[in-house]
Amino acid sequence: MSSVVDIQNVSFAYGEKPALEDVSLTVEAGDFLGLIGPNGSGKTTLLHIMLGLHSPDEGSVELFGEPVDEFDDGERIGYVSQQATSQGGTMPVTVRECVRMGRFAHVGHGRLSDADKRIAEEALETVDIANLADQRINQLSGGQRQRAYIARAIASEADLLALDEPTVGVDAESRDAFYQLLDSLNDSGITIVLIEHDIGVVTDRADHVACLNTTLYHHGDTESFVESDALSEAYGTTGTVVHHHH
Amino acid sequence: MSRSEDHAVDPDSAVEGSQLQGDETDARELIQLIGVAIVGVLAAAMVVFIALDWLREYPAVGLAFEQFLIAGAWLDYYLGTNVFQHAFMWRNIATAVLIGVVAPLVGTYLVHRQMALIGETLAHTAFAGVAIGLLFIAVTGWQGSLLVVALIVSALGALAVQWLTERTSTYGDVPIAIMLAGSFAIGTLLISWGRGSMGIGVDIEEWLFGSLSVVTAGGARMMAILAVSVVAVVAVTYKQLLFITFDEQAAKVAQFNVSGYNTLLVVMTAVVVVGAMQVLGVILVAGMLVIPVAAASQIARSFRETLSLSILFGQASVLGGFAFAIGASLPSGGSIIVVAILIYLLAVALTLLLGRSGPALSMH
Repeated sequence: MSSVVDIQNVSFAYGEKPALEDVSLTVEAGDFLGLIGPNGSGKTTLLHIMLGLHSPDEGSVELFGEPVDEFDDGERIGYVSQQATSQGGTMPVTVRECVRMGRFAHVGHGRLSDADKRIAEEALETVDIANLADQRINQLSGGQRQRAYIARAIASEADLLALDEPTVGVDAESRDAFYQLLDSLNDSGITIVLIEHDIGVVTDRADHVACLNTTLYHHGDTESFVESDALSEAYGTTGTVVHHHH
Repeated sequence: MSRSEDHAVDPDSAVEGSQLQGDETDARELIQLIGVAIVGVLAAAMVVFIALDWLREYPAVGLAFEQFLIAGAWLDYYLGTNVFQHAFMWRNIATAVLIGVVAPLVGTYLVHRQMALIGETLAHTAFAGVAIGLLFIAVTGWQGSLLVVALIVSALGALAVQWLTERTSTYGDVPIAIMLAGSFAIGTLLISWGRGSMGIGVDIEEWLFGSLSVVTAGGARMMAILAVSVVAVVAVTYKQLLFITFDEQAAKVAQFNVSGYNTLLVVMTAVVVVGAMQVLGVILVAGMLVIPVAAASQIARSFRETLSLSILFGQASVLGGFAFAIGASLPSGGSIIVVAILIYLLAVALTLLLGRSGPALSMH
């Protein structure tokens, strides 16, 4: 069985400024990978390359065993972008309409069937926001809104969930609940790649950590990361505290 | 799972509220459905009129067309007007009714993609198209329609706009603004030059502000074809356009051909703009793409509702504007836009009165 994501020797530059240099990493089915690094370290760029939003200058990317530019099973990936909180903020779209978008890649130009609609309703139940289905998504709190985006990914029956700092601007209590939800999705077999600025969350939740600052400082399971010096090397000497509250 | 969200929407009251809202939502949907159905029937009737107008050389069709105008004469008799007995007035009304459907339809996606300026730009490109068409016809003696040339130039302009936006940072509007002014500059230069060196007589004002005399039988026919095509395309690509408008990156990840649909949307805009230019004029055409949508977005609860309300408000603007223009003997273009703005202001007032939490559309 092939990896979900296989990145080999990827480099990428914005003009003259290198964002990624010779990064290689793989994500296996069922992994929960936390992607961390200081601001401007190329985390989002790497995630975008992983998903085919950018093409690398050098190196190769495979998704589910296919080169990323030939990959066309869009419904297998659920993506919650960093801008998700601001985007749609001005548009009158209901939570239900948003979640049903997860079925769009399945039906093409056809109509949504009753089965498609039922799957969307079930996804709303899974993330516990069925009671908000008719609300406009811009009337929800940050945490509720991110749940709606997760529900969209669940509705698309994604195997891989990619999240870019999903809890920016979400209060601590809702964040905990949100990460519990990610845990239970991961337990049910969904592969997760999570960019998160809070290293404590990553070391608590993820089973693998990739620590990035243009080059990859560490890629492996969380325990070996906690014991390594990768963090201080990647972040410089400022030294961020690593949480341990299991 | 613990229910620990901060309460932007209180979950418990939302549950109670949703039962209370149930009936209200049904009534709301029903009213909108009826409204959209009426607009649909009206638009279909107008397409039929344009078809009759087109085919009236055939005796049977000619007879039906005559009967239509006789009915119009009776209508005039009862209303005390001098409007509905004239075929050219019906062409205007038919064109305007179809504009009232397709402009807000395409505009809903444009506005929420924050591409409102593109409509204005394409109108100016179409103006350059009219100028090029006038010269082309003067030089070659071609018998075709000026609007066809405007349509081709505007569609090419749309592709250029799309090319520019894809190569500049996220819909940066500077290149668009340059293109807006540039195509208008070229249009005015060509028209002045044509006037001076070839003696082409053209009333620029008609194209700038719209005019009853601009809508020809051919123009109305083109509008009918454009309207049917645009409605068909949006019906087929509703979901794709919605997803891309709402969350472009996620749509890309879901392997939607985002650039293809963007191009489709921009070209459809160009097509609608050229059709609408006949009645509204170059300067006002973008208003019809934007204002009904802005009004609808104030009060709509969902995207589907935004689309329905935009079309209803667009149609109300067209019919109200026409009634006012006829009654006051003033230009229809300006009247339609003024009515549209009145509807928008009413929607804003309604939102404020009902104390909804902030407008859907940030006006910046």
